Amino acid sequence: MDVSKFITIMISMVFINNFILSKFLGLCSFIGVSKESKPALSMGFAVTFVTTMSSMITWLIYRYLLIPFNITYLRTISFILVIASFVQLVEMVVRKSSPALYRAFGIYLPLITVNCAVLGVAVLNSEEFFINGQAVKGGFLMSALQGFFAGIGYLLAMLLMSGIRERLELIDLPKSLKDVPLAFIIASLMSLAFMGFSGFKF
Amino acid sequence: MPDRLYVSVSPHIHSGESVPRVMRTVFIALIPSGLAGVFIFGFPALKVMLISILSCLITECLIQKARRQKIAASDGSAALTGLLLAYNLSSNVPFWIPLAGGIFAIAIAKQAFGGLGANIFNPALAARAFLLASWPKHMTEFLRPFSADGITQATPLTVIKEGAVKGLSDLGISYWDLFLGRRGGCLGEVCIIALLLGALYLLWKGYIWYHAPAGFVLTVGGLSWIFAAQGFLKGDFLFSVLAGGLILGAFYMATDYVTTPITKRGQLVFGIGCGIIAFVIRRFGGYPEGVSYSILIMNALTPLIDRYLRPRKYGLSKSK
Amino acid sequence: MKRLLKEFTKGITIENPTFGLVLGLCPTLAVSTSVINAIGMGVAATFVLLGSNIIISSVRKLIPDQIRIPCFIVIIATFVTIVELLMKAYFPALNTALGIFVPLIVVNCIVLGRAEAFACKRPVVDSIFDALGMGVGFTLALCIIAAIREVLGAGKLLGFSLSKGFEPAAIMILAPGALLTMGLLIGLVNYWHIKQKTNKEIKRVGCNGCK
Repeated sequence: MDVSKFITIMISMVFINNFILSKFLGLCSFIGVSKESKPALSMGFAVTFVTTMSSMITWLIYRYLLIPFNITYLRTISFILVIASFVQLVEMVVRKSSPALYRAFGIYLPLITVNCAVLGVAVLNSEEFFINGQAVKGGFLMSALQGFFAGIGYLLAMLLMSGIRERLELIDLPKSLKDVPLAFIIASLMSLAFMGFSGFKF
Repeated sequence: MPDRLYVSVSPHIHSGESVPRVMRTVFIALIPSGLAGVFIFGFPALKVMLISILSCLITECLIQKARRQKIAASDGSAALTGLLLAYNLSSNVPFWIPLAGGIFAIAIAKQAFGGLGANIFNPALAARAFLLASWPKHMTEFLRPFSADGITQATPLTVIKEGAVKGLSDLGISYWDLFLGRRGGCLGEVCIIALLLGALYLLWKGYIWYHAPAGFVLTVGGLSWIFAAQGFLKGDFLFSVLAGGLILGAFYMATDYVTTPITKRGQLVFGIGCGIIAFVIRRFGGYPEGVSYSILIMNALTPLIDRYLRPRKYGLSKSK
Repeated sequence: MKRLLKEFTKGITIENPTFGLVLGLCPTLAVSTSVINAIGMGVAATFVLLGSNIIISSVRKLIPDQIRIPCFIVIIATFVTIVELLMKAYFPALNTALGIFVPLIVVNCIVLGRAEAFACKRPVVDSIFDALGMGVGFTLALCIIAAIREVLGAGKLLGFSLSKGFEPAAIMILAPGALLTMGLLIGLVNYWHIKQKTNKEIKRVGCNGCK
């Protein structure tokens, strides 16, 4: 795990292959929650936390359970179950232990279970960091980083989007483009702007 | 006399400044570089400018008609967008490139957001990014200056990007050539001296502040000097400033009223942010030039900059 | 019979999952680069929808209410796994083209949404027609988007070249083009609703992930 690999994963997941703007993962919550900046930020943090943790957990499951028993075809079903129970567990723990934290971002946790970004990064990890059923060296750490930076990319897109949509709040928009359609057009222009980073090399 | 009895809404005293006047002034400031573009690349440059401006104007009229608004295309903002778009194009593009760009700039990047004063992204640059992603071949072929026979020539930044040569000395041109615009490039970006002339006029008239352009230019130049491909502190400051679309972007796009921060401090942050992104794209990215993308990305950040750098309310202490 | 027909047609028209309910956006945008991919995705999703609707509606009285969502997810995931294996075996090229969006049918809000909103309350036959209607509606919407993007972006339709007179705009098959197409199409549907004064503007994404 050298620095260049680290930077590659970071730049790739945050800017070039941004989960929302170029891979279309987690679009529903992106369009739905980005109307105001506070919920958007909370949602972003919650997603980052869950993608990081579930990347690690699903990597372990894949490496030490699915591969040894040769049942990799159960990947989808086992991943979604693990993610769902993990999110549920975290929600319960946070609710009991820290009401403040729960109010800040706990209420967004249940929404994340079926967010495709979370399952998406887990599946991507299992495809990228396992070759012919063998774990790639340093794969665990890379999976965790990939999950973390995927979340950061989501957070960044969410932050920009919510700022823009708040500013457009008071403007006389074309009636048929209000809200959802305009959100897509903004996302399209943001995606266009982020294309400037494509083809990065170190 | 009866209107003496009413209180009008603020502002009560108006400076006499208006949108058409601002647009006209910026237009005047842009004329020298347009003339230089026609002088350097010939008649086709004029054609591109005209098509682009017309396309923007017609689109603006049609949409305002469809939305049953007052047709305000004569305020000059659409024409200015068209001119800036043309300045960002090569002079030998087919006629439908400025046409499509103009439609995209006005319909998608401006009117979809509610029209004048409401757009988030610079329409001309959004259209340029759209065209570059759509038809990369047409957008990256530049004519050699002063040649009527259509010989193409890569821009200095492209040559450097491809790694064939290291610096200015191997390119066979001088700083003076760059300064006057004797190089391949977009039709409005090449003649630095004409651009600077217009920018000085705008600065003198007080239409733009120096914060964003200065932050932008110094950041790109400084970073290119420090983290150069040739080695630490061995970069070419002047080359990095003169060779691309930096001057055009810094003085005419990063100072746009609508899509950049309101405060001077915000403008400085905007400029420096643009500079960092543009440098990173030039040095590490896949594209030879990153000025337009950097401005677009900072456009997206502008609402946040405005929020976090809000001026202190009069009479309130600093910490809320 | 009339009722069943209504369950079928509503998925294609007013409750169209893409343009009416704005569900299942991620696969819609990601795989609509060509009509072939769109059809493949549509058929796969329809199969999962049909299977899960049938099973869920037939066991709907056995599932305790508190843990219904996990139960639905397991049932859906089973059908997704079947699709994955079938696709890998018989359509390897399509499988590569659709990539991770095949396993991601699990979290496609259309499938879970129909389970929650329809199949767990209605008899099996109704659910079958509902699933078929939704599936066809989804496939059609995907095909429309894909056709627009393929024609404008690659100058082709179903692989046949059309680009005699114009140069395709490559952006339409890239990410920004997908988002733009989607935004403008939803805008168009809204415009139509405003014109009809049905007052059914698409206000909010009804996705399960952001209730």
